[in-house]
Amino acid sequence: MKYKFDFGALVEYWPQLLDGALVTLEMTAISTVSGLAFGTLVAIGRRSHNRALSRLCGAYVETVRNTPFLIQLFFIYFGLASAGLRLPVFVAAVIAMVFNVAAYTAEIVRAGMDATPRGQLEAADSLGMSTPQIYWHIVLRPALERVYPALTAQYILMMLATSVTSQISVEELTGIANNVQSNTFRSFETFIVVAVIYLVLTLILKLAFWLLGLALFTRRRRLGTSL
Amino acid sequence: MAQPFTLAHIGYMLDGLLWTVILSALAFALGGVAAFGVMLLRISRFRAVRLGAFVVVQIIQGIPLLVILFAVYFGLGIFGIQVPPLAAAGIAMMIYSAAFLAEIWRGCVEAVPRTQFEAAECLALTRWEALTKVILPQALRLATPPTVGFMVQVVKSTSLASVVGFVELTRAAQIINNSTFQPFLVFGIAGALYFAVCWPLSAWSRVLERKLHVGRH
Amino acid sequence: MSAVIELKDVHKSFGLVEVLKGVSLSVARGEAIAVIGRSGSGKSTALRCVNRLETIQSGEITVCGHPVHDPRLDVRKLRLDVGIVFQSYNLFPHLTVEENIMLAPVTVKKLRKAQARDLTAEALARVGLAEKAQAYPEQLSGGQQQRVAIARSLAMQPQVMLFDEVTSALDPELTGEVLRVMEDLAKGGMTMLVVTHEMGFARRVADRIVYMHQGRVWEVGDGTMLANPQTPELRAFMSHDL
Ligand SMILES: Nc1ncnc2c1ncn2[C@@H]1O[C@H](COP(=O)(O)OP(=O)(O)OP(=O)(O)O)[C@@H](O)[C@H]1O
Ligand SMILES: [Mg+2]
Repeated sequence: MKYKFDFGALVEYWPQLLDGALVTLEMTAISTVSGLAFGTLVAIGRRSHNRALSRLCGAYVETVRNTPFLIQLFFIYFGLASAGLRLPVFVAAVIAMVFNVAAYTAEIVRAGMDATPRGQLEAADSLGMSTPQIYWHIVLRPALERVYPALTAQYILMMLATSVTSQISVEELTGIANNVQSNTFRSFETFIVVAVIYLVLTLILKLAFWLLGLALFTRRRRLGTSL
Repeated sequence: MAQPFTLAHIGYMLDGLLWTVILSALAFALGGVAAFGVMLLRISRFRAVRLGAFVVVQIIQGIPLLVILFAVYFGLGIFGIQVPPLAAAGIAMMIYSAAFLAEIWRGCVEAVPRTQFEAAECLALTRWEALTKVILPQALRLATPPTVGFMVQVVKSTSLASVVGFVELTRAAQIINNSTFQPFLVFGIAGALYFAVCWPLSAWSRVLERKLHVGRH
Repeated sequence: MSAVIELKDVHKSFGLVEVLKGVSLSVARGEAIAVIGRSGSGKSTALRCVNRLETIQSGEITVCGHPVHDPRLDVRKLRLDVGIVFQSYNLFPHLTVEENIMLAPVTVKKLRKAQARDLTAEALARVGLAEKAQAYPEQLSGGQQQRVAIARSLAMQPQVMLFDEVTSALDPELTGEVLRVMEDLAKGGMTMLVVTHEMGFARRVADRIVYMHQGRVWEVGDGTMLANPQTPELRAFMSHDL
């Protein structure tokens, strides 16, 4: 049997799909910034000399990394609702995403911090730098620079994972796609188009992260050194 | 009306877990075979082949698994093939695993020093003989830890099969939650079951990784 | 007597940099040639061109009757006749010494295991390592690894052996054992092209010495050439090197 493709039916839904893509980007932006901040704190906590704190951070990271995002999303959204806290789906989704991506961030950033050469710490110490100063200049900043490629790869994966939040009816790209396909009955075409939009989003993010990297890490560019 | 949560529900979830494991194994096995093929294309002698494989991998890695899953599910549907959810999920996950595993393995193959390949060629081995007898055995050692690590990824991803109605662990939990209205408990248990499968794999991967580094220095 | 290795006006560039600027050289059967020269003078490149690890831009290379410059050359047939040993040994770390040596005879020449094992034992005996057959490369010293690499090449029974600074990565006390193996080979009538920094070896063992300079064969002579260089370049090279 022969199937006739009909992408024409989708044309009138173009603005909606575009809106969906913007929601996806919005969620990605919020979770990237919050996830980086929260994840970095967790990484610091994980390296803390306080055993309880370190264990707690470790347990959090392991829990998130060894369970599916979809389960985490349901746990947070339906769980909070059952406890009487009815969050808008967008808010619940972003909370779940930050909760999720922060754990991966923590693991990546921690690896970067662990790679700090001992000599640099000793040198900074003997220069009389304060602990926060050492942390920022000697440990954290170079660590972020070191792991920047791994981090951005993770955030691109997270952008793709936002599609999962369609399962609690967030109107991001995949959520919109589900509406469109049930209105038009052109399911296959819809998801082909949506796949292409995701590809474009991926490329945009890659480009943005690359440019951001150039802007942020000017030192490495000037010296041409790796860290 | 909300039902009480009972032992029968746990049994139902364990059934779901079994299907999660089956789907994971299926996806990993099919994906592994496909990944091997893609990896060979990625390291081909011919630039065009390498480039083509690269583009395909980039495309797959730039699309959410959920969208691949829908595309496969509906895509097969339009050819009049009424696909069982297990098959749709299996195929989608095979495509996804193939792309990621192929990249992981390519990295491992390319981490074997070029001089090893040169030495094999100088002994008159063909490209294929050099690959299978000299390069791959060495790459295998490097590839084991990240491959085991990726299995965790596969297990977690199978949760998405729930959206096409395949009753694995996540779908089972959803169904139970719909009748018991105890999301913390139900999804908590589901999460714990996933953890019970994934964490040992993660730990194993870490141990392998450490051994590799000890062995090399 | 016809030449086993023949280079005629060979030119080789990497990108815009011309590394070999017209190299000509003829090696007769059973001859041992030492190739000396400064770092960067193109010694390794010349050697690699001889067994087609590099392709040349112009000129002709003929090795054991194989037209190496011909793009349609069956490279594997060439490699059956030419053995090469590198500075960095390049043994296969996942295989034992015996497996390293047997690999090519079994896969390429389709020898039976027992036959290949005899061949291996013979090759190992020649390099004085008969008792190390079951060891893994990492369990051997650098000198031993290099001797295994030589045995691995010999087991393919090549017509010609190429050596590229095979002792340069070794501690001084280990170079002797490797040079002795090569000297035995030369005495046994193997045709050899040896890139080396070991002037003593060149003088004592080589039938002829080739001094390369800036991508050209600058001077050719026998062992006495090193004592009275004809060109200022070789004179300078000798005075720095010794
Ligand atoms: N693959 C390559 N790509 C680009 N340039 C190369 C390559 N191989 C060698 N060269 C260049 O060719 C020149 C000659 O190199 P070659 O290795 O033949 O010198 P050599 O005489 O063997 O020196 P050495 O004693 O240091 O081994 C050098 O300038 C080197 O930088
Ligand atoms: Mg050299």
